[in-house]
Parts: sequence; C-alpha cells; structure tokens
Amino acid sequence: MSIIEVEDLSFGYESDRKVLDGISFTIDDPSFVCIVGPNGVGKSTLIRCMNGLIKPTSGSVKVMGRNVEEYDLKELAKIMSYVPVMSKDFNVLTVLDTVLIGRYAHQKWKTTSEDLDIAYKALEAMEIDHLAMRNFNELSAGQHQKVSLARGLVQEPKILVLDEPTSNLDVRHQMYVSAFLKILVRKTETTVVMVSHDLNLSAKFADRIVVMEPPGKIYGMGEPKDVVTKEMLRKVYNVESNIIDDNGSPHVVLQSVLF
Amino acid sequence: MTAEADPLENAVDVWANRSKDVNRDMSEKRMDDYSKYIWRKWVFIIGCIVATVLVSGYALTIGDYSIGFWESYQILWNHITTGGDESIADYVIWTLRSPRIFTGIIAGMALGAAGAVMQSILRNPLADPFTTGISSGASFGATLALGMGLSLATASYAVVANAFIFSLIPMAIIIIVSKLKSTNPTTMIMAGIAVMYIFNAMSTLIKLWSDEETISSIFAWSVGSIDSNSWANVIIMGIVAIAGLFTLLILSKRLNVLSTGDESARSIGVDAGKLRIVSLLIVSLMSAAVVSFTGLIGFVGLVCPHIARMVIGSDNRYLIPASAVFGAALLLIADSVGRIVIAPAVIQVGVITSFIGAPLFLYLIVKQKKEVW
Repeated sequence: MSIIEVEDLSFGYESDRKVLDGISFTIDDPSFVCIVGPNGVGKSTLIRCMNGLIKPTSGSVKVMGRNVEEYDLKELAKIMSYVPVMSKDFNVLTVLDTVLIGRYAHQKWKTTSEDLDIAYKALEAMEIDHLAMRNFNELSAGQHQKVSLARGLVQEPKILVLDEPTSNLDVRHQMYVSAFLKILVRKTETTVVMVSHDLNLSAKFADRIVVMEPPGKIYGMGEPKDVVTKEMLRKVYNVESNIIDDNGSPHVVLQSVLF
Repeated sequence: MTAEADPLENAVDVWANRSKDVNRDMSEKRMDDYSKYIWRKWVFIIGCIVATVLVSGYALTIGDYSIGFWESYQILWNHITTGGDESIADYVIWTLRSPRIFTGIIAGMALGAAGAVMQSILRNPLADPFTTGISSGASFGATLALGMGLSLATASYAVVANAFIFSLIPMAIIIIVSKLKSTNPTTMIMAGIAVMYIFNAMSTLIKLWSDEETISSIFAWSVGSIDSNSWANVIIMGIVAIAGLFTLLILSKRLNVLSTGDESARSIGVDAGKLRIVSLLIVSLMSAAVVSFTGLIGFVGLVCPHIARMVIGSDNRYLIPASAVFGAALLLIADSVGRIVIAPAVIQVGVITSFIGAPLFLYLIVKQKKEVW
C-alpha cells in the first residue's frame, strides 16, 4: 500500500485555466519529498489537494490506500498534518495554546497533562519552549514558522505536509528545520512532503524531489542528483547555472537569467 | 553540519521518545503551572459573577418602596424556595423589580457571549451580535408594527414577534449567500452590510410616512431598555439564551481551531464553513431573542468581549463565559446608574452602557501592554 498516491490530478479555479494538469506520482516508503518549481506553478495547490483542503477537478489522491475525501476530518488529522505559512491573527493566543490547538483531534474539551507534555516536547524540539507563554503575535515571522511546525507535530501524524516552512527563517534555522525533518523521517518513519523554493536545501536533505513546470505539470521526479540539473534549471526556471558536487548532493550556482 | 548532528539527533529523540521519556516531576509542574494559568481566567469569571450578584441586590433596592440591600436577597430567596407571601415587599421584589434584573442578566450574557463568538467566527474585532444585520432586521420589524400596525402577532406581542422574525431574515440571507459563494468571513460581513442597508432604507421609508408620536415610540424602542418585562418574557429569553450559551461552550474548542484559518482548521479536524454557519445560527437566535424584548442595546456585544480578551486572553473556552458574565455585570451596573443618576427619571440602559463602557475601554486600550489584536 502506497503512503500517498496521486493519480491524474487536475485542478482549476476557472474551467478554462488549469492550475494542475494531470499530476501523477506515488510515495511508497516513509521519505522526505520536496516539491519545487517556479512561482505560480501550483506547488501549494498540489499539497492542498493532497490534504483534501481543496477538491480536485478530476483525478484522485489516496492516503494510506484510501481516497482522501472519504476520511472523516478528525481521522485524517491524526494521519496527516498541514503546516502552512502562519501569520499574525486577530485572536491572540499564547504560543502554548496555539500549539495545543493541534491536539484537537486527540483531546476532549479539557487539556490533559499528556497534551501538555506532547506540546512541550514539540516546542523543545523546535527550540522555542522558552516562548511557551508569550503571545503568538509578539513573535517574529521565523518564530511563527516554528510554532506552526510544532503545531503540525503535535497532531502526531504519519505524514507531515509543509508549505515553505523555511521561507522566513535565517540560514541556521533553515538548516535546523530541514535537518530535523530529515532525521525525523529516518527515526520515526514519518513521511514529509515539503514545498520549497530553496533548491540547494532541498537537494541536500530530500530523498526525492518533485519538479513542477508550467502549466501545472510534473517535469520530473527522482533523487536530487538526477533531477537538479543544468537542463532542468534552463527549461523550468529559465536560468543558466553550474552544478557542483557537495558531498554527493548537487549544489546550484546561478550564472545568468535567460530570456 | 557535523557539529550540528548530535544536538539535532537529540532534538528528534526528544520528540520521537515523547511517550517513553516522560519526566513525571516536570510533567506535574507544568500541569500545576497550566492549572494556575487557567485558574486566573476563572478568577475573572467568578469576580464578574460576584459583581453581578452584588449589583443585582443593589438594583433590587432601587425604587419608591424602600427595601434594604440584604432584605432584598432574603425576600427573593424566600419567594424562590417557599413561593413567597402576600406582602407588598414580596410583590415589589418578585413581580415588579426582579424581571428587570433578570432581563438585564440574560440580555448582558447573551449579547456578551454572542459578541465574542461573532468576533471569533468572522475574525474581525469590529464584529458584534448585530454585524449580520440583526439590529436592522429587528428595527424594521418593530417599525412595521409600530408605524403601520402590521404584525405577525397580536396585541402585546406585536412588536416582539415582528422584531424576532425580521431579525432572523438577514442571517438567513447571509447563509444563502455563503452557500452560493463562500463561507469566508469577508463574504459574510459584506452580505450582512448589504442586507442592513436594505432594511434601514425600508425602515426610513415607513418613518417618513409616520406621525411624530409613532416616530417617538420607534426611537424609544431602538434605544433599548430592560424595563417593562414580565416573568413570561424573562423565561422565553432565558431558555433561548442559556441553551445558546451552553451550545457555544460545547463548540468553544472548535472555535479556537477556527482561529488558525479555514484551511488549517480543516487539516486539524474542523470544517470551518459548517462551524461558522452553525455558530452564526445560534448567535443570531440568542441576539434576536434578546433584542425583540429589549430593543437595541448596543456596545455590550462589541466591547465586553474585548475587555474580557484583554484580561484573560482569546481562548474561547473561557472567553465566551467571561464575556457573558462581564456583559451581565456591565448591563446591570449601567441600568442601575441610569435609574439613580437623574431619579425619578430614567436614562435608558443602552445610553449608559456606552457612557460607562467606552471610557473603560479606552483606558484599557491605552494601558494594555501586550498585543491583544
């Protein structure tokens, strides 16, 4: 049984303009999969379809062998969590309360000591346990990102789907989060699907990379060294580059913009 | 990367072994701290309940017939437990004064809780129980009854029935628009504003055709007051308000999830659109039940949740009851002030709530150190 099976998936906000066009791929084993591609190519739309947040126009997404639309929402929340880019909110909660919201599918009305323990472990893992009682709105964008990730973790999912989790982080924290996710996959057999704009970070840590190209199609999927190539960068991103070897991982050195 | 490897492995181990490596002492300490943190919220709620009880006792003493503070509780208690006696004091407390007090408590609770929920589901600090056009619908219903004598009920319930039915029409339209378009907060607010203008235009049209006396009675209704209510009205209002409040408390945890945004909420296990419509329905029924008996009492539903939020935070499990009891206390205090400040004349409660609440609100906005919105 595949962990995720995306089959001939298409989606469009308007009937004549497809955002996703016939996407198919499978994830059979717990692994770290990065989805990359130019702006507006449909990466976030793809993970929202995978999560059942939006309904595809055609095609299907199966999670653990079952169509994602057949799941009860709470049941799905225990299998798969979605970590979006979080921003300030009108309803201000403390960081701890924000993370505890992720326990919704597991807990009853009252917060238990088990919920608290799990929330604190997630905060510790993200190095933000000292911020637990601070108001969420008082934190920086990078700290919001880590709170969002901690909230995704406390759902205790088998699949963690993340939308640009490193976008607001400094280089140290980009490395920290990416390496953390890599080790998490190895140690806990969690599957991580992450949308990213950082090709080098993706190439360094991901087991596999899905490259998307306009208009909402898959250019290629495979191990970083097989898909992060000069040809791919030329065709998909319209840039000239050199690829150097970084301990077995491809590292992109940009040269010029193509027109 | 090598230097990072060990601490990172440890960080993942902290998470991976979360169920095995539980430090009992630490766990108990955290639960204690968390309980204290929650207890502080309860202190505010209990404080408001105590204030409401004390102000109720005082409010029962206000009037021409002189009754002492403690005596008023005693008479009320006797009536509840033994059915009361034939004395004038019992008649004054139970039949004349208590309905006003209980109307104030119920109206304050319903409007406060409704405001907190409206602000949460619409994710807008300016939302109140009337955002969906309830007030304009109720005004139109009352105007229709007072100005043209058209009502769905007869005699004493003419205005009440009209106000109730018409106040629910805007909500019905919002739900239909949401179903056709989307259940996002902006669509709902815009639909509410559109409906509000339609009802206001119709009310204005009727007023233009009415004589001075009718316009005066329409105006008096619109200011809002908790007097001239009977026990029968209190019971109807009470049933709707308490059932609504109880349901909102059950939903409060889900409402917290809604604060993460609609898509996040869905991924955490809550259907945001459905929850928003169910909550809107409950809040509208609660507000409509109150407004139809009291007229438009503004401010309580808008500001009480904000003041409660400043003190106890935004967790809806505590914010909803806190806004409810704070609303009850504020409304009763405002009504009592309105009855004594230029006695024997009375200033309507709707006016006094703004006079008392607005400066308090401004003071708290200035004093507030933490970011609340």
